[in-house]
Amino acid sequence: MNVNANANFAQDNPMSQFLRMERMPHIWCPGCGIGTVVTAFAEAVKKSGLDLDKIAIVSGIGCTGRTAGYVKLDSFHSTHGRAIPLATGLKLANPEMKVVVFSGDGDLTSIGGNHFIHAARRNMDITVVCVNNFTYGMTGGQMTPTTPHTANASTTPYGNYEYPFSLPFLADACGATYIARWTSLHARQISGSIKEALNHKGFSFVEVIAPCTTLYQRRNRLGDGLDALEYYQNDAEIAHGLDTRQVDIDYQGKIKVGKFVEKQKPTYLDNVNQHYAQVIGDEYELYGKTTPEKEAEAKAKAESAAKGAV
Amino acid sequence: MVRKVKADPKGVLEGPHFMDGDHALAEGALAAGCRFFAGYPITPSTETAERFAERCPEVGGLFIQMEDEIASVTALIGGAWGGQKVMTVTSGPGMSLMLENIGLACMTETPMVIANVQRGGPSTGLPTLTAQQDMMQARWGSHGDYRVIALAPDSPQECFDLAIEAFNLAETYRVPVLIMTDETVGHMHEKVVIPPASEIEVVERNWYTGPKDQYKPFKFGAENYMPGPMVKIGDGYRFHITGLVHDERGYPQASVEAGKINITHLIEKIDSNRDKIVRFEADQLDGAEVVVVSYGITSRIAIKAVMDARKEGIKTGNFRMITCWPFPEKQIREIASKVKAIVVPEINYGQMVLEVERMAAGKCKVISVNSTGGAVHDPNEILAAIKEGRS
Repeated sequence: MNVNANANFAQDNPMSQFLRMERMPHIWCPGCGIGTVVTAFAEAVKKSGLDLDKIAIVSGIGCTGRTAGYVKLDSFHSTHGRAIPLATGLKLANPEMKVVVFSGDGDLTSIGGNHFIHAARRNMDITVVCVNNFTYGMTGGQMTPTTPHTANASTTPYGNYEYPFSLPFLADACGATYIARWTSLHARQISGSIKEALNHKGFSFVEVIAPCTTLYQRRNRLGDGLDALEYYQNDAEIAHGLDTRQVDIDYQGKIKVGKFVEKQKPTYLDNVNQHYAQVIGDEYELYGKTTPEKEAEAKAKAESAAKGAV
Repeated sequence: MVRKVKADPKGVLEGPHFMDGDHALAEGALAAGCRFFAGYPITPSTETAERFAERCPEVGGLFIQMEDEIASVTALIGGAWGGQKVMTVTSGPGMSLMLENIGLACMTETPMVIANVQRGGPSTGLPTLTAQQDMMQARWGSHGDYRVIALAPDSPQECFDLAIEAFNLAETYRVPVLIMTDETVGHMHEKVVIPPASEIEVVERNWYTGPKDQYKPFKFGAENYMPGPMVKIGDGYRFHITGLVHDERGYPQASVEAGKINITHLIEKIDSNRDKIVRFEADQLDGAEVVVVSYGITSRIAIKAVMDARKEGIKTGNFRMITCWPFPEKQIREIASKVKAIVVPEINYGQMVLEVERMAAGKCKVISVNSTGGAVHDPNEILAAIKEGRS
């Protein structure tokens, strides 16, 4: 392989502003769907017009959990399952930030499932992107809570006898206010949904069904990445607004995709401020709201810090 | 660089109060400038969370009751990098749940304060009764090699004082600081005097002020291994932190060499500064035949035994650890070289006594006055040990 050619490619990459090119090559396998979702995310951020300095990304552990390390934003690679509480802390300590959780199905809905349901319940103003490849890739292809019934995994070598989560339904039941699902074939739609999610006030959830070629595809003799995309092309059905009770995924069955939920509801911090303002009255100073006085104070502080930096 | 400023008067409830230790912890945190608290209810620590929840809207802070202790301590990591001084409180079972992410806080050098109002264990144990059974867990509980700082207040007043100290140490060394109190101190009401804000010194976060493109979230191998400055999210540094072994940029580095640099730093930034961190109270050590070494509520009981022994003509010294971790190695080693015995009462089956034995290294007798938890000692048990030590 020509190393120099790679270096040039890295510099010329249209995403180079957005990625930590010095950390390339990434760890993902050929045919993996995660890169598509990262690219779609980058596109979404670009199109959203948001200030890159005001977006933070948090990942858990696993293949998708490596995303935070490659994206050139304030980025946090947390522990297994704990991306959402870390994101919650970031958002509450610094409410002007857009905080995005980017992680996998095992991380977010198995070990991190408790945090997922409670962040949705609170309508915490964060965006959660879940790359759902039906498996634990990093540890070698074990069953996750989304592995379809009967699919083969390394811990269900005779086929999966458990029932999987339907993540849009779970998020909906818990109170999420924006829910969309696509497959990694739908690059532009993913990007569109992530852009909407970033601009949505409240808990927004975007699930992307993506192939793990090395483990899930291979174990189940489903071919390579291209075969997975063909499956998505043939069996994904766009059904915007579909009742989330009807979006289960059976093994190699139809995949309902689209924007299922979009509604407005006060966020956690909206409620904190509205409630305190109501019960305490005028004495209550709104939390996390920038006032002209606060801005002036912050500016003065920054200026004095800059002087001290000599 | 350690920069001390006067406390923000907004968080300082100046004046004399009749207050329990749990509430004093919350007031100390508020006085130190903590405005972010994420917690989960657990006996006997819940009152600290309740107090913080009540005071938050008055001081411009935020309290969130998380879904569990794992979420609570992880939210603190986010809160700290969001720019806040952060705290949580818990007890045994909650502490067990927090440990993985206390490790993440150590690895990412995130300042935070965690109070453990100890109760009897193991498991659900004795939820409403006192203990000092989590002292070794505080030191070793998370996996891997790391260091934390742990303080042990013996009164509600000291809960207030040490909460401020804990925040100052956390900011100075960029490390989680544990306040290892117990049910008795937590629920004991005493006079707590909160000084005016002008008399409270708090350590400000060491904010980075250099050029944006040169910021590195970590600094390894500085003089005394002091940690580098921090930034907060949203200020345009676009930094990365990870729980993996990393370099100064915060980028993962899976190599033996990177691990050596990273882990040595985490350990040495505490060990090299032990003399600056360690606090204790010592009384009549000169010429003592026996010295009682204790901490937390047990030191309040031990003093009675020490006074009784002195009345009986036994030259008895008293040493109260305020800092338990890092352990006051030098001080205990010196005592051990001069006395017949060291007596170590603890409300556990013998934990900090292991460190005392390690420092004594056979130079004197070390007598453990242990208990299975649930109640403070009878001073006569400690007195009997002092007599045994002298003989």
